[in-house]
Amino acid sequence: MGRRIDDATMDNVELLAKLTLEPEEREKVRGEMEQILDYVEKLNELDTEEAVPLVHILQEINVFREDVVTNGDGLADAMSNAPRSKDGQYMVPRTF
Amino acid sequence: MEQLFHMSALELGRKIRTGELLVRDVALSYMERIKEIDPMIHAFLALNEGRLEERITEVEAGIREGRYTGPLAGVPVAVKDNICTKGLFTTCASKMLEDFIPAYDAEAVKRMEAEGMILLGKTNMDEFAMGSTTETSYFQITVNPWNKEHVPGGSSGGSCAAVAAREAPLALGSDTGGSIRQPSSYCGVCGLKPTYGRVSRYGLIAFASSLDQIGPVGKTVGDCAALFEIIAGNDAKDSTSSNHPLENGEDLVSGGLQGMRIGIPEELADGIDAEVKKGILGAAQVMKENGAQVETFSLGLTDYLIPAYYIIACAEASSNLERFDGVKYGHRSKTAAELHEMYRKSRQEGFGAEVKRRILLGSFVLSSGYYDAYYLKALKAKALIKQEFDKAFEQYDCILAPAAPSTAPRVGVSLSDPLKMYLSDIDTVAVNLCGLPAISVPCGIDSKGLPIGMQVIGNCFQEKKILKAAAAYEALRGAFPVAWDTVGF
Repeated sequence: MGRRIDDATMDNVELLAKLTLEPEEREKVRGEMEQILDYVEKLNELDTEEAVPLVHILQEINVFREDVVTNGDGLADAMSNAPRSKDGQYMVPRTF
Repeated sequence: MEQLFHMSALELGRKIRTGELLVRDVALSYMERIKEIDPMIHAFLALNEGRLEERITEVEAGIREGRYTGPLAGVPVAVKDNICTKGLFTTCASKMLEDFIPAYDAEAVKRMEAEGMILLGKTNMDEFAMGSTTETSYFQITVNPWNKEHVPGGSSGGSCAAVAAREAPLALGSDTGGSIRQPSSYCGVCGLKPTYGRVSRYGLIAFASSLDQIGPVGKTVGDCAALFEIIAGNDAKDSTSSNHPLENGEDLVSGGLQGMRIGIPEELADGIDAEVKKGILGAAQVMKENGAQVETFSLGLTDYLIPAYYIIACAEASSNLERFDGVKYGHRSKTAAELHEMYRKSRQEGFGAEVKRRILLGSFVLSSGYYDAYYLKALKAKALIKQEFDKAFEQYDCILAPAAPSTAPRVGVSLSDPLKMYLSDIDTVAVNLCGLPAISVPCGIDSKGLPIGMQVIGNCFQEKKILKAAAAYEALRGAFPVAWDTVGF
């Protein structure tokens, strides 16, 4: 019980989640995650050998439409919430 | 004017159509009431004041000229803050989206506007709809209009509190694991979670896309049915939205209980607060005495509802919330020197504890080496749970259950133990896992003076069955009291 998430696993999960937790926060949330995982492992009691994973609840799948623009350009609208932009492009800090 | 606040939305609509009430008076009276009462309730995050005058004029003209002829034309409505409203803040109650102003309306909002409804403002919620009390909001804690020391429930706590406090005749909420039904129950109002795919999710900021659904919150079942009819229907902009035909609002609630087969799952009626159980069984008895066949049955697999739900919901949340990286919208950290640091710091600063916990959990269950054991296992469990419901609906038209195992908890007690809070969703999450429609209807008041809610659950696309059962029960129950802490306001 409660020992799946070692430091390396926690580092990986933080990386996947794109978060950098404070040390205290990290320990707290690690404990909570362990506790929640202990609980959800109840699922292991369930025999799912024959079960097919159910992703879509409705059978109405494969919806197609013509690939045409219907909502105009909208560049200014799309950029209006950008924290930083220049000449219709998003500005970000250096990437390497 | 006080009478106005206690009228159902349909009654308001009727009086507006006959000219007995003026669109302007109704909208402005509600806006005034919000200003008077909301400093006490804290249900609203933003008000649509800037454009109200213009909208009133437009709706008045539209009704006069016969463009708005529907039952809710001229009726004001509040909208949960994770549903996009063009030009009006849509924050998901998160620091991450504190300054976000959508460039477009959600499809549900657009459809309400096309029916001549008037947007009052945006309502508080748990951050990104993650929570059961509305206490994870970054901005404020909404209180329960029945007792200000208690929570309104969540995550649509602002919408439900607003309707209960008569700050809005109707509201939109969203429901991923009970977020419409549970706060409706805590606040003594009606809330409908439609079948998955009934209402377009276009413009609903996604939490868990396979579970999310927008739905109405109102004083009565009839009001919920009328708003449901407006917002439901296929939308090309949401490829999961359904073409399934829909009956009109009035037909949806008519028919009564005669011959209706109703099942109560023993598992969901056990281990709950005794007063809640008494409330539900009392309501079941009333339905039985009025023509329904009511019996208890064993649903099975209920121990696996919460585990399957939280794995799937967190997995989808971790994926959906990746978009908040500080580039195109939302909070951007001021201290990051390079791109990846910016992503991580912006998210670290922008998200609250509950949201981070769910993103981390979701990232874990989807990560290499754990995917099969957790996520895939949960999807298989979901398939088995769905079979249990399929079996139940061979026997019953509707399933009756509590909307929550207790009435509203006190403010400040729920967040310290996340697992315990998750477990309290036991009565609501199955509906989302299986895509079912369900409505919460007030069915009693406990000894603390807090409302008890009953859930009527139906099979996919059978909103009519649950709405007519709920409406028939509501008529037998009679008028429900007004929230105590707002009486006199």
